[in-house]
Amino acid sequence: MKLQYTIPADDFTRAGEASAAVKATLKRLGFPSETIRRVAIAMYEGEINMVIHASGGEATVDIFPEKILMELADNGPGIPDIDKAMTEGFSTAPETARHLGFGAGMGLPNIKKYTDELTIHTELGKGTRLCMVVNVAQ
Amino acid sequence: MTVRELAKTLSLTVLNEGDLDRAVTGGYCGDLLSWVMSRATAGDAWLSVIGNVNAIAVCVLADVSCLILCENAPFDEAAKARAATEGVTVLRSQRTAYDLAAAIEEQRKGM
Ligand SMILES: Nc1ncnc2c1ncn2[C@@H]1O[C@H](COP(=O)(O)OP(=O)(O)O)[C@@H](O)[C@H]1O
Ligand SMILES: [Mg+2]
Repeated sequence: MKLQYTIPADDFTRAGEASAAVKATLKRLGFPSETIRRVAIAMYEGEINMVIHASGGEATVDIFPEKILMELADNGPGIPDIDKAMTEGFSTAPETARHLGFGAGMGLPNIKKYTDELTIHTELGKGTRLCMVVNVAQ
Repeated sequence: MTVRELAKTLSLTVLNEGDLDRAVTGGYCGDLLSWVMSRATAGDAWLSVIGNVNAIAVCVLADVSCLILCENAPFDEAAKARAATEGVTVLRSQRTAYDLAAAIEEQRKGM
């Protein structure tokens, strides 16, 4: 089963709709709650990053019985230093995002923590593509 | 202790009513959404000053039993609408997170 979403630019109120929809679908399909939680958190953090740091993007979710694949692609500025970006607490989020409760610099570390595989393809000035895999708990 | 009992004992204002019969199994304090999302446990009462739609999204993701807005923190219209759609219980108090957390724990121990 394949799900596709467009993540709108600069819209904090709509960010989270895709992850909520994926969460609802997985619940309906009867996946274990721990698997759903991991997918939903990773996806929400990725979505928020596309809103804050890029100008929105596309999300594709592939659901298999044994694993969930998520791909988040944007045409934003890219990430200059992935190691730095992966560090807990590192954030370039603007003050506006911080006032809303974002910008803890814990998004990418959370994604790493909750996924079984994470690959980040990024090119400066071109964009970023996150490929995430969550294995379904047996 | 249920959310309803908690609201009554601590005189919390109900801003949006979700499942008031749900058990409050613990608590988490924090205003940085990424921390809450990854550290709060299902069933926790979440104490925060963030009353926006994103906080409601986090309530759903973390599956907390309720969001308690401390120190009369604002609850905006978009958040109200989302909380109603998602069935998230949102409560409010003028007390601080520290105060409320201590009071909640006292109640929980007594039960
Ligand atoms: N999609 C993206 N495009 C460009 N930069 C990004 C993207 N995602 C993350 N980053 C960079 O990585 C940093 C760390 O991301 P994250 O851990 O989610 O923290 P936060 O979003 O709170 O800043 C961001 O502050 C930003 O500089
Ligand atoms: Mg982030």
